[in-house]
Amino acid sequence: MNSPAQPLLEVRDLSVHYPGRTTWLFRKGAPKKAVDQISFTVPRGKTVGVVGESGSGKSTTGKAIIKLAPLTSGLILYKGQDIGGLPNHAFKLWRKKIQMIFQDPYNSLNPRADILGILSEPLEIHFPELSEADRKDRCAELLAGVQLSPDFLTRYPHEFSGGQRQRIGIARALAVQPELIICDEPVSALDVSVQAEVVNLLQDLQAKLGLTYLFIGHDLAVIEHVSDHILVMSQGQIVEQGSPAEILGSPREAYTRRLLAAVPKF
Amino acid sequence: MSVPILKVRDLGVTFRTGDRTTIASTEVNFELAAGEVLAVVGESGSGKSVSALALTRLLPPSPSCEINGSIKLNGRELVGLTEGQLSKVRGREIAYIFQEPGTSLNPVYTIGFQIGEAIELHRPEISDRRAAVLAALRDVHIDDPARVADSYPHELSGGMQQRAMIAMALACDPKILVADEPTTALDVTIQQEIMDLLARLRRERGMSIILITHNFGIVANFADHVQVMRKGRIVEHGPTAQVMGDPQHEYTKGLIACIPRLGQRRHRLTTLKDELKVS
Repeated sequence: MNSPAQPLLEVRDLSVHYPGRTTWLFRKGAPKKAVDQISFTVPRGKTVGVVGESGSGKSTTGKAIIKLAPLTSGLILYKGQDIGGLPNHAFKLWRKKIQMIFQDPYNSLNPRADILGILSEPLEIHFPELSEADRKDRCAELLAGVQLSPDFLTRYPHEFSGGQRQRIGIARALAVQPELIICDEPVSALDVSVQAEVVNLLQDLQAKLGLTYLFIGHDLAVIEHVSDHILVMSQGQIVEQGSPAEILGSPREAYTRRLLAAVPKF
Repeated sequence: MSVPILKVRDLGVTFRTGDRTTIASTEVNFELAAGEVLAVVGESGSGKSVSALALTRLLPPSPSCEINGSIKLNGRELVGLTEGQLSKVRGREIAYIFQEPGTSLNPVYTIGFQIGEAIELHRPEISDRRAAVLAALRDVHIDDPARVADSYPHELSGGMQQRAMIAMALACDPKILVADEPTTALDVTIQQEIMDLLARLRRERGMSIILITHNFGIVANFADHVQVMRKGRIVEHGPTAQVMGDPQHEYTKGLIACIPRLGQRRHRLTTLKDELKVS
């Protein structure tokens, strides 16, 4: 069942449609097709990059995979098993396998919880058998894994810089020992120097832990750097996909060429 | 180079909170010519925004924030002016646009109302305000100015909001536009449109632009001069081609090296720590 050829994640004909605005009583506008019939695979241990403009459906795609956006139709096959239609309680098991890192490190950490609390929460849910002392040890290890001092456990999110917060977000995602991480614009809000550090960290962790990434972004140079395979999205559809060399070297679609041309060169 | 319209000498900004003093910027010196684009680059906390805000004192009042040094706009000293005098400089002579148009616009008023307000305040001599609002929107290449004028901010896209912000800033025909990360929140294609628009407006009006950014691609394509800031100080300053092509300071070299570039895939990104031995 776990043949090497089988991708870790396969998405078939995924659609996420939002109902149109209700106007007068029950008349409705046309539904908004945030994601419309897209299919792609994510091989184990690799990084699939997703680029596109705002509104292209790239973030919605990532969210639909972990049930943060409602699936309209389509299959989400994780190791061959459809997890798309699972009810919330049955999905809990898969949340341990699939984690997410968010764009805004300022808004994705609970400001009232200290770092120990933030990192403990996923452990309490997914590893209830751990004692409090074990949990604390695990949290310290997690911080060390993202190159932060264990002393930070008693501090609060506002005491950290954007890059440090993003590292904490990564540590939280790693707490449950996931296989697949959906990185939703993880470095878009960071300074270039910090961006380089976080990208390197993500790549080191991938090599060390054998992680698989779905890496969503709008910076083509970053996507080119991290990806083994790139999906170009526009208006809810994948307009083109291929290796970084194909997409950046010889883009077939006008849309991809337009995106590339808009990047200021120097 | 023509006569500078803005001369900044030894500008320093210091914040005081309780008994703690933070020097946000110090010994900032630069000149800006008419029609020149000066880019200010640096990481968060380098003092680049604070220095630009200090020009018209868009900062907390003394004693929690002290501004030292000299800021001369067309020979007139701005440091030490009263709030009333400064409010005539803001918008009319030095206007600002910010990173997030969505938060800079007031959500409960229409775009037209907000631009009209700026015109009313700074150019009370204009009688037909509606016409002036529509003209300002047309100037930033908005095809249907009437619709946009009657829209609320949330009804517009990010790019359109930023255009509206630019229209508002330009409605008072300022001499200097401070653009603080104007495209950071926008897609690359929209970014290109906004930068093209700014370049055209600068050409047509001979307006000077202080462009605060961390995008070296934009700097290379748009700025005449660059100053690189770090920890409140200017570490390097010069013509764009010189600073980008042959950076002298280790920090500038480091900043440029850590940017991933299209079509130049590397095994690993360079970080500042690799480049800089000093912290």
